[in-house]
Amino acid sequence: MGHRRQWMVLWVTGVQPVWADWAFNLPAPRSDIAARINDLHVLILLICLGIFLVVFGAMFYALFKYRKSAGHAARHFHANATVEVIWTVIPFFILVGMAWPATRAILAQKDTANPELTVKVTGYQWKWEYDYLQDGVKFMSNSTTPAEQIANVAAKGAYYLREVDQPMVVPAGKKVRLLLTSHDVIHSWWVPELGVKQDAIPGFIRDTWFRADAPGTYRGQCAELCGRGHGFMPVVVEVKSPADYQIWLAARKAGQAAEVAAATEPISLAALKQRGEKVFTVSCAMCHQANGQGIPGAFPALAGSPLVNGPAAAHIEWVLNGKPGTAMPAFKDQMNDADIAAVITYERAAWGNRGTPVRAADVKALRR
Amino acid sequence: MDAAAPALPHGQHSAPAGLWRWLTTTNHKDIGTLYFCFAATMFLVGGSMAMLIRAELFQPGLQLVQPDLFNQLTTLHGLIMIFGVIMPAFTGFANWQVPLMIGAPDMAFPRMNNWSFWLLPVAGLFLLFSMVLPGGAVAAGWTLYPPLFLQGGISYDLTIFAIHIMGMSSIMGAINIVTTILNMRAPGMKLMDMPMFVWTWLITGFLLIAVMPVLAGAVTMLLTDRNFGTHFFDAGGGGDPVMFQHVFWFFGHPEVYILILPAFGIVSTVLPTFARKPLFGYRSMVYATASIAILSFLVWGHHMFTVGMPAAAQLFFMYTTMLIAVPTGVKVFNWIATLWQGSLSFEAPMLFALAFVCLFTIGGFSGLVLAMVPVDVQLQDTYYVVAHFHYVLVTGALFAIYAGLYYWLPKWTGHLPDPALSRWHFWLSAIAVNVLFFPMHFLGLAGMPRRIPDYALQFADFNRIASIGGFIFGASQILLLIVIVKCVRGGEKAAACAWEGAEGLEWSVPSPAPYHTFGQPRELR
Repeated sequence: MGHRRQWMVLWVTGVQPVWADWAFNLPAPRSDIAARINDLHVLILLICLGIFLVVFGAMFYALFKYRKSAGHAARHFHANATVEVIWTVIPFFILVGMAWPATRAILAQKDTANPELTVKVTGYQWKWEYDYLQDGVKFMSNSTTPAEQIANVAAKGAYYLREVDQPMVVPAGKKVRLLLTSHDVIHSWWVPELGVKQDAIPGFIRDTWFRADAPGTYRGQCAELCGRGHGFMPVVVEVKSPADYQIWLAARKAGQAAEVAAATEPISLAALKQRGEKVFTVSCAMCHQANGQGIPGAFPALAGSPLVNGPAAAHIEWVLNGKPGTAMPAFKDQMNDADIAAVITYERAAWGNRGTPVRAADVKALRR
Repeated sequence: MDAAAPALPHGQHSAPAGLWRWLTTTNHKDIGTLYFCFAATMFLVGGSMAMLIRAELFQPGLQLVQPDLFNQLTTLHGLIMIFGVIMPAFTGFANWQVPLMIGAPDMAFPRMNNWSFWLLPVAGLFLLFSMVLPGGAVAAGWTLYPPLFLQGGISYDLTIFAIHIMGMSSIMGAINIVTTILNMRAPGMKLMDMPMFVWTWLITGFLLIAVMPVLAGAVTMLLTDRNFGTHFFDAGGGGDPVMFQHVFWFFGHPEVYILILPAFGIVSTVLPTFARKPLFGYRSMVYATASIAILSFLVWGHHMFTVGMPAAAQLFFMYTTMLIAVPTGVKVFNWIATLWQGSLSFEAPMLFALAFVCLFTIGGFSGLVLAMVPVDVQLQDTYYVVAHFHYVLVTGALFAIYAGLYYWLPKWTGHLPDPALSRWHFWLSAIAVNVLFFPMHFLGLAGMPRRIPDYALQFADFNRIASIGGFIFGASQILLLIVIVKCVRGGEKAAACAWEGAEGLEWSVPSPAPYHTFGQPRELR
């Protein structure tokens, strides 16, 4: 037994640093909840490992010692009440010992009271929206990994599939409460280093919380199968010092006001199409494809589509309100009039289409 | 096939030959063989899908399949392996072995037995046919969660139909097995005299009858939500998408035990044979199996720890889940005590049974880790979960099926399986399966979600290792096919009692077992 203990100590102390390099365990925790989860996991793992070594030590000893080829004859016993009671009762108490720290961690994890900041997170196929309810700041967070990298045409970046245009920004050391919901199907918002995973369920609000230890950028992704783009729906959280957070917040508010003002300014047709192409790449190309051909049977082609080449009003209605029962979402809650006008104009001119252009005012007129 | 199904012994009645024989047969041995042929075919199909999945995940980026097809492959792989391979294979064992082990002439309802089997290929064909429909096959995961499931096309309705058909087949099969066990045992065989395999199937039968209708109800609600304007799972109409998960997992967790209890039965049969010593703690094995089955109705919430249930519910489901470790532990300890002071030899069935005990327990431990709600919050829907359920279903259920196949093949074919080839099959499988699934624990811990066709660069190394293990594991299964074909065609003749330490009624009839057995009741004791 002494030898085994020695070996265990060596295994735990000597091998652990290597683990971190080779990512054999959870990522280093960056919030108090993540730290509790990590400690609990290591504890349970070590208990399981200990039991495994003892039980299968016994099994492999038996396999070696009681070989028929070594001439061992079987002893015909088949029950022993004492040992059977012992190996029913002892595991029970080990389990009670595991349940105690787990229970405490659950209660801490579920305690969303007294937050210092509340952010509403809405899942869309396939992006996240962050709404800072107290501060009137709201934006979409889209994946920025280029399609060429996914298709292996371009070299992959360091944060391949885990990079976004606008990350969620929160202050370090503050209790951040998340209110989660979804616009379409079930998603799951997950950042391993912060120890948070919570499903976003359409029609319902769920909450969770975290308190990030220190500034840094933490990356995760959607954890619940949500369709074609499930693997391409990153979550990026940028934790800033409280002072930097305030600077960011002020800049963000100013930027948002400028965006609203710009949306009503006149824009040339060429600029509108250019803007539309960007919107299309981010929000539409996953299904309808960059070449507008769609995926036969699943997602309709836009190139040559009667809707896209027909009257503008029908096309606008379609994009605003979506098609219930399919993956085509209602974009009215996700995009402003200028973006919708831009993307529709782009679609109506691209891939040989000959539809009339659309202006923001046309979109505004059709909003219900 | 000639050796597997010898000609009628006395010509008392004539039976059709060829295809018509297999379509109309009511003989439990024929139907058992049919179940195995179906399971083997679907195993090739579902396994090829797994190979394609592992090939796509061999390196980052999209190479072979686009995300839509990838999601179809993972969904169909799950549905096919569960409903088309593991369940039919165990039903094949039940058909062949339960009557032989309890001294019954056949199953209680032989015609229904035929119907239960022939429904299955229909359902399987529907599932595969849906791949060529517009929009492709179902891609919402084998768990069929709405609202994603409600977005799909016509193949989703066809999948619901297929699940209904498979459910009917399972329920009829289960009723047949339960009735056979309760009513047709040889005179003198009390319930507590039954072989352990028969006990596990009796309990499995009750689980199937209890939960398959629940699954049917859940998919019917999906059907009406999709086509008839109901809103069971649509918050916009007053429904709740999470309710589906509750209903599904109320079926789904007992289903997990439907997939493993017969495996426990096979291992409890094989280990005593090759330890040349009776099963240790038979009574506690029976009680442990029954308690696992009862507890399985109380733990469904552990599949849903991240949906946002209240702390009280999380605690309840965590405690009940942890409790399952107690009877499961009892089983493992009993198996090891069975080996203790035995006279052990290591033929292919024994090797697979021993690997089962060891590797299934790894799956049990990762299950315990996942039962801890706070840890599960990190690991839910990651590759850790994929590793966990593949340890219990591949090195668990599938390895037990292999153990059972090698163990009873001599009884079915009259020949011993090729010892060298079967050992090669074992060692290649046992090593490759760990190369395949063990790194997935690390991937999950590091943050790789399941069901993604492409991944961030930090997951590349372990995915590559897993894929290599997967290819070797997949290729090794061809050896099994060769062993079985060789065994059916010829080989060393098996005695009536093919294994030195084997006990039970099935070893009292000749090998291969005659077409009709136990025509006269065998009085026991």
